[in-house]
Amino acid sequence: MGNQEKGKGLMEPENSAEKLTALVVDDDKLVRMIHQGLLKRAGVKNEAVKNGKEAVDIHYSGQRFDIILMDNEMPIMTGIEATKKLRSMGILSRIIGVSSCTEAEKQEFMKAGIDDYQVKPLTIGVLNSILDVVKASK
Amino acid sequence: MEVGQMQRQWMGYMKSLFMEGFLDGQFLQLQQLQDENNPEFVVEVVSLFFEDSERILKDLSFAVDQQSVDFKKIDAHVHQFKGSSASIGAQRVKNACIAFRNFCEEQNIDACRSCLQQVKQEYIHVKNKLETLLRLEQQIVAAGGSIPMMEWN
Repeated sequence: MGNQEKGKGLMEPENSAEKLTALVVDDDKLVRMIHQGLLKRAGVKNEAVKNGKEAVDIHYSGQRFDIILMDNEMPIMTGIEATKKLRSMGILSRIIGVSSCTEAEKQEFMKAGIDDYQVKPLTIGVLNSILDVVKASK
Repeated sequence: MEVGQMQRQWMGYMKSLFMEGFLDGQFLQLQQLQDENNPEFVVEVVSLFFEDSERILKDLSFAVDQQSVDFKKIDAHVHQFKGSSASIGAQRVKNACIAFRNFCEEQNIDACRSCLQQVKQEYIHVKNKLETLLRLEQQIVAAGGSIPMMEWN
């Protein structure tokens, strides 16, 4: 089983510090399109799934990402549930909760293990600050 | 009309859309995501917004017309519409949705029905504006010009 330590050699050899990867998790197609557009512009290789369960499954299949943009309100499995599951699987990716939830939900989201929380929709500026943090930690 | 004129016309139109509150900064973000790697981005996003909106409005009309009104369901639809309109920068639609949600919470069906009309109106307005804007953009590109970059503070 590959290791998940930050700052060490990652499992995919072509995953250099310059080429970050991201997973967009949102049930809304419009939001997925916009967030993927943002990532594409920033040169981040990305994929999108439409609920928490698909986010977990893609990790079960062995894929790993530097950043996960996690919505909360999704069918089948919420962002909070998916975050808990991913952390319990040992996933150390930077998980950004991206939502429009209440303060109480935000607290629950943070308790579940997200690294940061941002209000939807993300802007270029906010994404850049997220990327800066991830690049600095690699 | 030559390209420079078309571009100025486009800028004037964009400015008015911002001044009148139809669009906000989020729309500019979307414009900035369009480049040679993603040349149709704005059209794609706007088209998807139109598709989503028509579907949500249909669902909302149905839900509001029910004998036994399910406010939770209505609120869920409005929440979704608020999210998508915010994503695209359709400020007036978003604000109408916010007001709508307040009445859902109060379970005030008459106010909800009136809010639905408001939201529909605002959507139709912004749809017309966006279609006009995109048509102007198409004309500029067809004439060999590029769409100006706009900044808004």
